[in-house]
Amino acid sequence: MSIEVSSLSFDYGRNRVLKQVSFTAQDHELLSVLGPNGVGKTTLFRCILGLLRGYRGQILVDGIDISGLGAAGMAKLIAYVPQFHYPSFNYSVFDMVLMGTSVQVSAFSSPGRKQKKLVEEALERLGIAHLKDRGFTRISSGEQQLVLLARALVQESKILVMDEPTSNLDYGNQVRVLTEVKSLVGEGYTIIQSTHNPDLAFMFSDKVLALKDGAVLGFGPPDQVFTEELIYDLYGMKVKLESLYHDQVRVCVPKNIADKAVSPGFVSNL
Amino acid sequence: MGRNWGNTFIVAGLFALLLGAVIISFGLGRYPIPLREVLGIALSKIYPLGQFWTDRTETVLLQIRFPRIILACLVGACLSATGAAYQGVFQNPMAAPDILGASAGAAFGAALAILNHGRSFTITVSAFFFSLLTVSLVYFFSRRIKGKSILGLILSGIVVGSLFSAATSLVKLVADPTDQLPAIIYWLMGSLAGVGNSDIRFAIIPMILGLAPLLLLRWRMNVLTMGDDESRAMGINVHRIRFLVIICSTLATAAGVAVSGMVGWVGLVIPHVARKIVGNNYLHLLPASILCGAIFLLLVDNVSRNLLAVEIPLGILTAFIGAPFFIYLITRRGEYS
Repeated sequence: MSIEVSSLSFDYGRNRVLKQVSFTAQDHELLSVLGPNGVGKTTLFRCILGLLRGYRGQILVDGIDISGLGAAGMAKLIAYVPQFHYPSFNYSVFDMVLMGTSVQVSAFSSPGRKQKKLVEEALERLGIAHLKDRGFTRISSGEQQLVLLARALVQESKILVMDEPTSNLDYGNQVRVLTEVKSLVGEGYTIIQSTHNPDLAFMFSDKVLALKDGAVLGFGPPDQVFTEELIYDLYGMKVKLESLYHDQVRVCVPKNIADKAVSPGFVSNL
Repeated sequence: MGRNWGNTFIVAGLFALLLGAVIISFGLGRYPIPLREVLGIALSKIYPLGQFWTDRTETVLLQIRFPRIILACLVGACLSATGAAYQGVFQNPMAAPDILGASAGAAFGAALAILNHGRSFTITVSAFFFSLLTVSLVYFFSRRIKGKSILGLILSGIVVGSLFSAATSLVKLVADPTDQLPAIIYWLMGSLAGVGNSDIRFAIIPMILGLAPLLLLRWRMNVLTMGDDESRAMGINVHRIRFLVIICSTLATAAGVAVSGMVGWVGLVIPHVARKIVGNNYLHLLPASILCGAIFLLLVDNVSRNLLAVEIPLGILTAFIGAPFFIYLITRRGEYS
């Protein structure tokens, strides 16, 4: 499924948070949204998810304008993987994931055998089936992120919106979660994620959207968008962009460190 | 799914425990009735049986003990069910049935009826309607508060609730200190002494109208604990579900408080007891809360009418038992806490 955002603007009171944001994402694509904190990424996601109304511009999913859709209609198109936070009440991993199927059952009933089977499959698929009876708050943060991902999968919508899925994970778990995300993209999902890590965004993304002060600074394939100027504009940090493995990987190194690194014994000079 | 079957079994066990407690409670009192006669009188209602008990025994059992025992169970069930439901839809473990002013409104209604020389039944009806009125006002004002809807509800609950509490104090001030004031104070301490079958007839309908939809909505309550944005993204119409839960909870709470007066702590503590027993999943949590609440208030009411020669008001007992027990509960931890 495709998502097409055109000239999206949003104001909180007098404060314009999003300015004429346009981009598209197709199936088999992972789009990473980059930008400093407070730049409007969360607002953008809340608009896409139908949680914020009153925006200007248009959001089309497979050509359908989402502004007319209710919660259930939206949930069938787009699933949300929230940033990790402690839930008010602890649930077992199985129950937690089962909640993702709620849109498939009426308000006055609860998920049945078909939904439970979906949960088993999603847990299996992400390699966390052994955790199903554990309490959600008692597993590692990498596992928690996979549980939230599983919950989005059982919702059976083909677009996933992920709010900083790797932000509180250690390096190993970041790569592990992104590898799962990448393999979902391979299966045809359209995935939009926000991230703070330019290196990993370059490595895994098919497209990058760079946002600064609510406006688009760059949009396109990572090898075209990722430049030293862009990183400077985004984060106010001069970097040297090093290309590795025939430009399969690009690594940002802060300029002051990169310059000194050419001379021996640079660490002691820092 | 071992845990689920285990929980179903636990809920069934709680139901059996409640039945046992009810039967035993019929025998207890200043006028003890042997278990044989309790069962005999109960059976004679569905099956013709030779009478081996006195008429007086039957009157005590059916006119005095029956309404009191049934109402203790119903009030306990309603308060703990709404407490559990509110904890879910307000995403807050500290939520209790009176968070939207249901009790404050009922207190004012009761005090006003006592001031106007209302009879026992008038007091109940007035408490019920003022309780509904208070929560409606709270909901109405909360819709006009900008920002997070939960915060708006809780804030206007506090404001409207304290307005009604002040109004109750005003009624106390002008009430006749020889008979009306003690009646108001006694009502505020909560008691099931003197309830009759007419109270059951009055309260049972709003109680069922409240509890039945809550039971049906219990999966949605699970989802709502995840927060407004997440539940909406999972396809839930958050405002509609929360509105429904508030209406149903208010009906049940108002009916409960109207017949019993102020009975605190049940709606906060019992859901947490149930959480410890069956976990946080509302599919089992809500039935378990209902049953635990019924058992708890029945036992407390038994203490209230049997421990001393004078009745001990229910609200005092539930606070004395509930508060320390709550401390004990929250200092213990488990996999699902």
